Amino acid sequence: MSDALVIGIGNPWRGDDGVGAAVVRVLAGTPGIQVAECGGEPAELMQCWAGFDRVILVDAVVTGGTPGAILRLTVDQPLPSTPRHSSHGLGLAEAVELARALGELPPGLVIYGIEPQSTDDGTGLSPAVADAVTTVAWAICKELDICRGGAEAQREK
Amino acid sequence: MSQTRTIEVNALARVEGEGALYVRTEGEQVAEVKLKIYEPPRFFEGFLIGRDFREAPDITARICGICPVAYQMGASQAMEQVCGVTLDPALEDLRRLIYCGEWIESHGLHVFMLHLPDFLGYPDGITMARDHPELVRNALRIKKIGNALMRLVGGREVHPVNLKVGGFYRAPTQAEVAALREDLAWGLEASAEALDFLAGLEFPDFEMDYEFVSLVHPDEYPILHGRLGSSSGIDAPVEDYDRIFTETHVIHSNALHSHLSDSGRPACLGPMARFALNRDRLTPRAAALAEKAGLGAVCRNPFKSILVRMVEIAFAFEEALRLVDAYQAPSRPAVDMTPRAGTGYGATEAPRGICYHRYTLDEAGIIRDAKIVAPTSVNQPSIEADLHGFVQAHLDLPDDQLRHRCEQAIRNYDPCISCATHFLDLTVERG
Repeated sequence: MSDALVIGIGNPWRGDDGVGAAVVRVLAGTPGIQVAECGGEPAELMQCWAGFDRVILVDAVVTGGTPGAILRLTVDQPLPSTPRHSSHGLGLAEAVELARALGELPPGLVIYGIEPQSTDDGTGLSPAVADAVTTVAWAICKELDICRGGAEAQREK
Repeated sequence: MSQTRTIEVNALARVEGEGALYVRTEGEQVAEVKLKIYEPPRFFEGFLIGRDFREAPDITARICGICPVAYQMGASQAMEQVCGVTLDPALEDLRRLIYCGEWIESHGLHVFMLHLPDFLGYPDGITMARDHPELVRNALRIKKIGNALMRLVGGREVHPVNLKVGGFYRAPTQAEVAALREDLAWGLEASAEALDFLAGLEFPDFEMDYEFVSLVHPDEYPILHGRLGSSSGIDAPVEDYDRIFTETHVIHSNALHSHLSDSGRPACLGPMARFALNRDRLTPRAAALAEKAGLGAVCRNPFKSILVRMVEIAFAFEEALRLVDAYQAPSRPAVDMTPRAGTGYGATEAPRGICYHRYTLDEAGIIRDAKIVAPTSVNQPSIEADLHGFVQAHLDLPDDQLRHRCEQAIRNYDPCISCATHFLDLTVERG
C-alpha cells in the first residue's frame, strides 16, 4: 500500500497555530507516512497532496471548545465556513471546497482539528495543546494502520 | 412627493477588510453615497514612533498580507533617503523582481477569484471553479508563481523577512533565480490566454472623467521609482506628496479621505492610472496584449480595470523574465546604513496604486514622526464618485441588480480596507 501523507497546517510563529507542524514533526520518519508542512494556501495544498490517495490534514480549529480538544472531520459533506472579513487569505474550508470543485480532493481526506488556547505572537504550544500532539499523532497512526503495517514491515526484513 | 430609495450592503464581500455601502436616491437624483469603512483603525504610525529606523520594514509589512512588499519598500526608500544612501543597481533590480511577484499574486487573486465571479454571475470563486475548472487551475498557478517569487527573494510569501533597509539579508543565487524561469514563461503565456478570455466579457457601458495619478518614470513602467504624475499635468517629486494631496476625516469612514489640493477633486490611483500615464513604457508583449484586448490609450471604464490588471500581470511576468535572465548575484546583499537626523520620503506603486511614506528620524535613527498613505484610502472618494455616477445612470435597474452592480463598482478598485484604516488619529476628550 502506498504511503499516506500527513500535512501540518498553520503558522508556528503564532503559538498554538503551530500544532499542525508539531504533529507532523512527531510523525516524521514513521514508515508508511510522509509528512509536509504547509501554510494552507489552496494551490500549495493541492500541489502538496497531488498523487496521494490517503491524506490527513492537521490544523488548529477554533470551535469554542476546551483547549486541546480534538476534532476529527471527514469531507463527505461540505465543510462549514464561517463568514470572513478577509478576501486575502482563504481558510482551510475554502481550500478544501475549492479542491472539491476542481476535482482535486483526495478520496480519503481526513482533518484533525485541535482547539487552540492562544494564537498570540511567538513560538511554543500551551500545555493543553502540547498534550494533544501525541494523542493526535497516535490516532493518526492507528487510523492509517501504521502500527501493524510497521510491524509487518519489520518481520519481512 | 419624490420617492426615496436606499441601496445598502452591510458587509461587503470579496474585498479585504470590513466595509459597507449606503446609497440614497430622492426621485430621479442620487442624494447620498457612502462607502462606509467601519474596520477599526490600526494605529501603525503610532507603533512606529520611538522605534529604530531599521525596524520599519518589518513593522510596516504587517499592514497588509497581500501587498507587504509595497510597505517594506516605501519605508526602506524613505530611510535610505534620510541616510543619504543609494542602492546598488543590482539590489534595485532584485527589489523590482520581488515587487513583480507581489503584483502577480495580488492581481492574480483579485482578477480571478474576487472580480471575475461578478462578470460570470457566480457568488464566489469556489462556485465558479465548478464550471470553469481550467480557468481557476491556471489562476491558482499564476498566483502560486507570484508567491514563489516572493518566497525566493523575500524568504517567505506573507510578510517577507529577507528585506531590510539598504537591501536584503541574503541575495538568492543565480541558480535559484534561474529555476523560476520556466514558471514565469508559462505565466506569460497563461496571462495572454486569460486576457483573450477576459476581453470577451460583457462590460457595463460606463465611463468616468478621472483624474489619474501614478508614478511616472521616463524609462520604465513604474513600480519602485518615478515622479508624481497626473492626467491633468501634475509633475512633481514624491517629496511634494503632502502638498498635492489633502487628507480629511469624514464621519462615515475610519480611513482618511484624500483629495487633490488644487482642484479638490478625487484622484484615481492604481492600474488604470498607471496604464493611462505609462502605457508606452509597458514591456513589448504586454503592450501588444493590451492592444489586442481592445484597450485604447486610456481606459476610463472602471469595470474594465480587470483587463488592465490582467495586462499588468502579463507585464509583471515579462519584466520578471527579463530580470531573471539578466540576474547575477549582487556583490553585496545590502548597503551599510548609518543613521542621521532628517525627513525622508518613499513612494512605490502597490498593486492598488501609490503607497506613500514619510518618516522623520533623530540623529540616533529613532523614528520621531511617521505618515503612511495606502492607495485604498486615496481611492475612497473616487469609488464614491463612481457609485454616484453609476447609480444616477442606472436608476431604472431594480434594487437587487443595482445593489449587485454597486458592489461590483467597489470591487473594481480591489480595495484593501484593512490597509486603509491605520492612520486615524485618536483623540480622547476628558471632561
